[in-house]
Amino acid sequence: MSQVSSPLPPAPMALLAELTHRCPLACPYCSNPLTLEHAANELDTAAWRRVLDEAAKLGVLQVHFSGGEPLIRKDLETLIAHGASCGLYTNLITSGMALTQRRADALAKAGLDHAQLSLQDTDARGADLFAGSKDTLAKKTASAAMLRAADLPLTLNAVMHRGNLNHLEAMIETAVRFGAGRLEVAHVQYYGWALRNRAALMPTRAQIDRATQSVTAARARLSGVLVIDYVVPDYYASRPKACMGGWGQRFLNVDPVGRVLPCHAATTIPELRFDNVHEKSLGEIWENSSAFNRFRGADWMPEPCRSCERKEIDWGGCRCQALALTGNAAAADPACALSPHHEEMFAIAQNEAATEAPEFIYRRMDGE
Amino acid sequence: MNAVSIAATSCPALARGVKMRFDEARQQWMLNAPERVLMLDEIAQVILSRCDGAISINALCRELALEFAAPQEIIQADVMEMMADMLHRGFIRI
Repeated sequence: MSQVSSPLPPAPMALLAELTHRCPLACPYCSNPLTLEHAANELDTAAWRRVLDEAAKLGVLQVHFSGGEPLIRKDLETLIAHGASCGLYTNLITSGMALTQRRADALAKAGLDHAQLSLQDTDARGADLFAGSKDTLAKKTASAAMLRAADLPLTLNAVMHRGNLNHLEAMIETAVRFGAGRLEVAHVQYYGWALRNRAALMPTRAQIDRATQSVTAARARLSGVLVIDYVVPDYYASRPKACMGGWGQRFLNVDPVGRVLPCHAATTIPELRFDNVHEKSLGEIWENSSAFNRFRGADWMPEPCRSCERKEIDWGGCRCQALALTGNAAAADPACALSPHHEEMFAIAQNEAATEAPEFIYRRMDGE
Repeated sequence: MNAVSIAATSCPALARGVKMRFDEARQQWMLNAPERVLMLDEIAQVILSRCDGAISINALCRELALEFAAPQEIIQADVMEMMADMLHRGFIRI
């Protein structure tokens, strides 16, 4: 049955709760928007509690507490406990920079189901360079031990790019050493800050091929020990990813000020208008928000997506990437070989990867 | 560290961070795991609900053979295949 012919969208699976944009790191590929929200505008504890209640009622299964750095919020434990009491599977996405053992224990006690810790590089100098901060490797190594001491299941999240891809083998070993059950090898996605820094981040095709080989070998070597999630980066792919599992199909994101987004980068699409949890319930927004309905299902698709047999598999790929590279958010994602912009995208990647990397433009609160 | 593989004497349990629940909204049993959800059919739910880390696959399949009046060899072949897959994907530990 087609999603668009059904009167109601399917219940969302996951909520990304972006508690704050504040962060001790300044990663040049940050997934937050270029214009960041200040603390004074953030939703308060009561508002987030209501969002969690409404999410659970709507059928959401998992809540990912993210940011920015969610540990900056003093009410994080309260919100985790509230999410758990609603029956939600609770996940913390953290840089681990400000973690203490006392805090790790408090998170576990609050009912946290799982923690995802980022690591920018296995080399101390690289880790600081890519995070735009100091002592990051030592602090994160300590944080991993604290999370494990609190008996929290751990995923290591490694955003990979031209500067650290050659350390992928060491990253895999580090995940095992940290006691992680899972490693996410996440290639940089190019919108927002990462698009600004694309030339400094774009890997070569040869780097990607070696990474794919490393992952394939490690998956066999570490079967039953470490699960590795890995996706080939878009610029070198021939099929687009089913971004967010389809726009408005499985996922919703509440940003620090309460705007409800179909994906965390959706604010890069200027034509969209977002509803806010201050004004409407999450259920009402999920069902009726013009931003969610704009690209939901397959009816909005032009060619080559419209007649494509994969249209309900990849849902046309990423809308933000389509806009960034073609100027049209409704175009086929250029990651698709059927897009007229596909060759151009591949050429951009090859040229940038072959050129000396420029300096990073680090993430800043004022967007500059 | 070396790969871990399943044997008939293994005693599986849900992996750390993996939770089984019945979802009222979807009227469906499922596993919630880090950033993943696995929908369970009736048989998988019955098998996994007995995986307490103490019962071996051998013993579990003996129980199932009696209850469902089916040959243990056939049940065991299916259960071993399912457990190997679940272990590789990180849903169970042994």
